[in-house]
Amino acid sequence: MSLFPVLAFASGAIEGDVKQQATNWHAIIMFVVFVAFTMGITYWAARRTRSASDFYTAGGGISGFQNGLAIAGDYMSAASFLGISAMVFDKGYDGLIYSIGFLVGWPVILFLVAERLRNLGKYTFADVASYRLQQTPVRSFAATSTLMVVAMYLIAQMVGAGKLIQLLFGMSYSSAVIMVGILMVCYVLFGGMLATTWVQIIKAVLLLCGASFMAFMVLSTVGFSPEMMFEKAVAAHAKHAAIMSPGKADPVDSISLGMALMFGTAGLPHILMRFFTVSDAKEARKSVFYATGFIGYFYILTFIIGFGAIMLVLNQPGMMETVTKNGKEVHQLIGGSNMAAIHLANAVGGDMFLGFISAVAFATILAVVAGLALSGASAVSHDLYASVIMKGKANEADEIRVSKITTVVLGIIAIVLGLVFEKQNIAFMVGLAFSIAASANFPILFLSMFWKGLTTRGAVIGGFVGLASAILLIVLGPTVWVDIMKHPTALFPYKNPAIFSITLAFVSTWLFSVTDKSRSAEEEKAKFDAQFVRSMTGIGATGASKH
Amino acid sequence: MNEDVLKKVQSNPKFKELVHKKTSLGWQLSIVMLVIYYGFTLVLAFSPSTLGAPLAPGMTMTVGIPVGILIILSAFVLTGLYVRKANGEFDSSTARSSRRHKNEKMHWLSRSDSVVAFPGTGFCFRCYRR
Repeated sequence: MSLFPVLAFASGAIEGDVKQQATNWHAIIMFVVFVAFTMGITYWAARRTRSASDFYTAGGGISGFQNGLAIAGDYMSAASFLGISAMVFDKGYDGLIYSIGFLVGWPVILFLVAERLRNLGKYTFADVASYRLQQTPVRSFAATSTLMVVAMYLIAQMVGAGKLIQLLFGMSYSSAVIMVGILMVCYVLFGGMLATTWVQIIKAVLLLCGASFMAFMVLSTVGFSPEMMFEKAVAAHAKHAAIMSPGKADPVDSISLGMALMFGTAGLPHILMRFFTVSDAKEARKSVFYATGFIGYFYILTFIIGFGAIMLVLNQPGMMETVTKNGKEVHQLIGGSNMAAIHLANAVGGDMFLGFISAVAFATILAVVAGLALSGASAVSHDLYASVIMKGKANEADEIRVSKITTVVLGIIAIVLGLVFEKQNIAFMVGLAFSIAASANFPILFLSMFWKGLTTRGAVIGGFVGLASAILLIVLGPTVWVDIMKHPTALFPYKNPAIFSITLAFVSTWLFSVTDKSRSAEEEKAKFDAQFVRSMTGIGATGASKH
Repeated sequence: MNEDVLKKVQSNPKFKELVHKKTSLGWQLSIVMLVIYYGFTLVLAFSPSTLGAPLAPGMTMTVGIPVGILIILSAFVLTGLYVRKANGEFDSSTARSSRRHKNEKMHWLSRSDSVVAFPGTGFCFRCYRR
């Protein structure tokens, strides 16, 4: 089983060339309604967004339930919906394995990280990592890795968006990319975190409703008997009974992938940022509970949708096409397997519902890129500008201004990269983002909260070792070295480097911390007790701002 | 937080108890989740046919399907357990101590007002007494 590309695939990218489809008016009208409505929300949010705290964290006034939906929304990207149902459609059971990997990081985040994160941080995860360490080096590292993660994720989303919209709406690739970029900037620039969160919540609700309806319709065709559904699917699928059991996988690669998914989730800056939008640790805990519930439910739905597509879409008249790939003729679903859920929407709900699901898929991309842009902008304005350049003496208005300028710049960069990477195979990029998050952000964040002995030197060197090894091992591995750069054999045999790069990051952070005998290191260790008391009790933590 | 306050908090037996309860619960549940997930991953890696076996003779559904669904449910149940316990037992003691504090005409304890008490102790950091 080729694990890595599918991870990337499942989270964002659409590979290969796609044909522009006929203009889908139902989808366009519903999407315009969505945009108009969310612009109204952005206008409302803009009037309530004044301080830096409003801009970065919606003033800390989001409830646990709302935040749970928003986190779930960040996680249920368009590609996670289309990609995982496509994977179930192609490989059956293996799709479920992915869903499980994506989900199980959440409980661990709750048990070990969520509360401490909320009690120690203000706007970015760097607040927590640099709590008792030297601001300049630690924040520079955190901002670098945040921007790396955001850039990789953004490119994957932009390219995925362009191709998806070509297929769903029948618009051209470049106009789709430019529109996504502009809308993303509007949400973040004017509405800050408040608008970004509400866009995410609305989309999460729409997506959950749409997916529930599809799963319901699929089950109703088999009299609500899963056994019957599996029987029909096995009969229809070319792989027959093989879709009911796990495919072959390399043990090291699967464990490594599991680690990347689990700890990557705990290191994604745009997800971590969501913990600062609630008023206290209690609400932070609740949000993870709701998020886990919604995400788990959603993955069960995508599993049913995937099997439903095998039953109702595969080999049905009008759903298949024959294309030429690498000189071979391939008989496939129109637009490829990624379109499985979309075609199923048409099969169970007709044109109107197809339009609805297409519009929701587009809305999903918008919501996710807005969250990414905000997270990148706060790394630049809060970590680099306010803390590193101005040494904490920046005034709030200037900090917000820098944030907004960064948002516009990020929007332009995202559009340009989206256009540049149109023809590239960017399937590995979301995987790379997860690996960087797991290998660079997570170890430093975790050790800063749990290990008294962490020093600035250890954190910065260890963090960069994790960052560099994650990138290097992916480039030398089969995904880039062989598939993209066309070398005959990979220099590094595994598709998923996380197990090695996470270990390297932890070991080097430890080594360079324990050998750090400087006076500042002593001071940093001495500050741990006060940090610990605050992380446990929330004394001195920033609460909800009053409106 | 000054040194004096810090020392008082750290040496407070209730604080110690709270920390112990909270962290041990967190680690226990994390270990449960990790064992479930990596147990599943190891079965996938070394004995995939176990999960590919039919649930009952003649059935199409394989053992792996309910196992997978159960893992998803276990994640949800474990988070629910933790939140119930942490938000109920650990944090509700904050609310109780706040009320008592007010009745005794000491400082009103609130979260937003750069918090003067911490959960489970009823200890006031403005007047340094209970």
